[in-house]
Amino acid sequence: METLRLFRHFTVDSLGLLFKGDKYYFAWIGFLLLLIAAGGVAYSGQIRDGLIVTHMRDQVSWGFYIGNFTFLVGVAAAAIMLVIPAYVYHWGPIKEITLLGELLAVSALVMCLGFVLVDIGRVDRFWHIIPMIGRLNLPSSLLAWDVLALNGYLLLNWTVVTYLLYCSYTGKEYNKSIVIPLVLSSIPMAVSIHTVTAFLYNGLAARPFWNSAILAPRFLASAFCSGPAILLVLLQILRKTTRLQVKDEAIFKVAELMAYTMGFNLLLTVAEVFKEFYSNTEHLVYIKYLFFGLKGHNGLVPFAWASVITGAAAFFLFLIPKTRTNWVTLNIGCVLIYASVYIEKGMALIIPGLTPDVLGDIYVYRPSITEVLVAAGIFALGFLVFTLMLKIAVPIMLGEFTSSKANPQ
Amino acid sequence: MSLPPFRSLPLLLAGLVAMGSVLAAAPPPSPVVDPQDIQVPKPPFTEGIFPCTSCHDPKTMPANTKRRPLEGMHADIELRHGPESRWCLDCHDAGNRDRLHLVGGEKIEFTASYLLCGQCHGDKLRDWRVGVHGKRTGMWNGPKLYLLCVSCHNPHSPRFKPLKPMPPPVPPDQIRARRTRP
Amino acid sequence: MSNESSRPKRMTSRGLKPAGTRRQFLGGTLAAVAGALVTGCGKEGMEEFLQHNFRELSKDELNQVIARLEKEAERTYGKKIRIGNEPPMQGVIYGYALDLSRCIGCRRCVHACVKENNPSRDPQIQWIRVLQMEKEKGVDLEAADAYYNPEEVPQEGHFYMPVQCQQCKNPPCVKVCPVGATWKEPDGITVIDYNWCIGCRYCMAACPYGARHFNWGEPTLPTEDVNPETHYLGNRPRPKGVVEKCTFCIQRTRKGLYPACVEICPTGSRKFGNLADPKSEIRYILENKRVFVFKGELNTQPKFFYFYGV
Repeated sequence: METLRLFRHFTVDSLGLLFKGDKYYFAWIGFLLLLIAAGGVAYSGQIRDGLIVTHMRDQVSWGFYIGNFTFLVGVAAAAIMLVIPAYVYHWGPIKEITLLGELLAVSALVMCLGFVLVDIGRVDRFWHIIPMIGRLNLPSSLLAWDVLALNGYLLLNWTVVTYLLYCSYTGKEYNKSIVIPLVLSSIPMAVSIHTVTAFLYNGLAARPFWNSAILAPRFLASAFCSGPAILLVLLQILRKTTRLQVKDEAIFKVAELMAYTMGFNLLLTVAEVFKEFYSNTEHLVYIKYLFFGLKGHNGLVPFAWASVITGAAAFFLFLIPKTRTNWVTLNIGCVLIYASVYIEKGMALIIPGLTPDVLGDIYVYRPSITEVLVAAGIFALGFLVFTLMLKIAVPIMLGEFTSSKANPQ
Repeated sequence: MSLPPFRSLPLLLAGLVAMGSVLAAAPPPSPVVDPQDIQVPKPPFTEGIFPCTSCHDPKTMPANTKRRPLEGMHADIELRHGPESRWCLDCHDAGNRDRLHLVGGEKIEFTASYLLCGQCHGDKLRDWRVGVHGKRTGMWNGPKLYLLCVSCHNPHSPRFKPLKPMPPPVPPDQIRARRTRP
Repeated sequence: MSNESSRPKRMTSRGLKPAGTRRQFLGGTLAAVAGALVTGCGKEGMEEFLQHNFRELSKDELNQVIARLEKEAERTYGKKIRIGNEPPMQGVIYGYALDLSRCIGCRRCVHACVKENNPSRDPQIQWIRVLQMEKEKGVDLEAADAYYNPEEVPQEGHFYMPVQCQQCKNPPCVKVCPVGATWKEPDGITVIDYNWCIGCRYCMAACPYGARHFNWGEPTLPTEDVNPETHYLGNRPRPKGVVEKCTFCIQRTRKGLYPACVEICPTGSRKFGNLADPKSEIRYILENKRVFVFKGELNTQPKFFYFYGV
């Protein structure tokens, strides 16, 4: 009973925190709410008229939504992976970094689920995919597995975050025998969500572009480039704006690790490109469409090269110790690698997988205004969730906000 | 192309013998279709032309068996079927214009014209009987209507005629949003 | 929409089943809340929202569902529509064969299929796609053209390959469906429960033949074009946001009739029958003609065969 009462206090007090802040905080929240509203309006149009307001058609039946979903699964997976170096190198405040990673994972998963929901044609039938209530096609459907993996991962991270924060709030030491196994199990879970998502495409023999055994490793490698990039920037912001302490060497260590994953990511990309071009089978058309265009249709070409060039540039910035330890070049590198992976997952994975279609038809897909607005709304929602969670988590982490301080006797 | 009959006949005979021996060696596994089972539609006669004997009454219009270009009646028929020497009475029976006849002289109904076609196009007749060549409608597990050879191939000019295709599909970039009813 | 109370009813009109009571309870409660929000109002909306997968419905439940759908369809299309539920025949596995040496690409089949199967006219959905290919190149999808429109077909130097659902013995689309909304019937036909499909389109990504089509917008179907003879798993009118496909005209073939595309084909290129019957024309073709299946390397094992009749 005491615990319940405390937890209620925790919840109420935390929510109270959200309404306190400076004008920049409220401006930021207002901006996000505006984007969410715009996305909501666009989505209501999609509900009314159907997915025809997107530019997806039978030939390219998945597009921007699913691309973003895939990218964000990577972010969610990679956020947790930062826990590993934190443990291995004993740097800085492990608990804080773990928490940040988990908050990022939760926000990314909220966006993932948002993108899945807006992509389905019958959102009113969402209960059909809820385990126990609907009818999940297990074990054969990878999408059913993905539903389980993503929701399980969300639940796990949400639980750990809430428990850790609650303990800090009440001033009690957290129970290691609960937290450590949960955090450790979130690591293989992180790998598995991105692997299952890769398998979702990988298993389709009808789409040779995806039907490559190194798709899942490529997903993981690219996610371990983009996910830490977000965290690196975030850690810098937080240690500037709050009392959170993160050692420089911790950041540089992450950057060094990123250099390796980027190198590995490039190697896998080269392996794929080599196999396609050297063997020169009929399956070459997809990668040709991506990098060079087919029959005069070359809308994807700039994106493809932009992704390659930014990825390679970021790799060199992270590889060379001088640029890796320079804050300006480091942050440029973070933006570049983030852009590279975002373009690669958002545009260069789904669309060339479906173009030309299975009967050789080339439909040039570009996201419609509705798709862009809805996506912006979902991103804003994710950022909102993340901001609000940080707003609560940071003061608790720093010990500025506890049960005794919130409720002085 | 157009060998005179006396030169093509031995060839034809040789062919028939060869085919016969093949058939004897390995009888085709075709399910035997009893001719009575074959339901065929009305042959595609020009409106009002049948029965032929309403004009070609043997009493009033004795058959002229002389090979000649037709003038007046039936001049619209363009005969483009095999050797140039072929003409009307190779198939149409001179004695009874409401019948056709086979090479051996047996008279057959117009509804059994496939037997006549099959004299030369034996492989096609065999495929037709089992439903591989030609068109059948009706029930896959019950009574069917077999279109006659002449339903698709004009016997005087049997090459299948080109058709105007029906409209192509709407390309995906032209499938656009339309306001649904409120 | 009916004006009846929208008060959520638990287990609306659904009998208790020995298993899954908890599931029904959970589903019922959750659905009642969400259903009121999403599908709007009315008892019918609620019933539709709560409807279970076709394969889980009892006979009575199915009859109720069908009665509701018939009423809905009549209201929408201004025409009485029969939604049948003919079961598969014992000892029948449907097979199809198409004679590539005879098809002239006239697209009569495409349009006969549209007439028979009630797909949306705008946005256009067609279940058969005819590819014009170059004889020199053979079956080469890079050189295929589905939008050809000359004065006359066949065109010199080309051949034509109509593609529709290949009714695979090993269907990749069924495997991937996250909710079991599509499955292979005992007579070999892959069907979709349009009331269970969530519209995720994973099956479309998985199909190597482009056989699956999505209702991107609200389907339109003029009253005079509605074919009132339908089947629940086949040509009944579809809602927005679900996937549909060729069923070998399940509403016809389960009554012994040939599919509409077989009936219309002016060249007799299309052949259909029971693969389990050694005396059927389809078996004759498989045993005596040169046959191939499309994308055989994918091991989908189509029951749709292409052959050369000459």
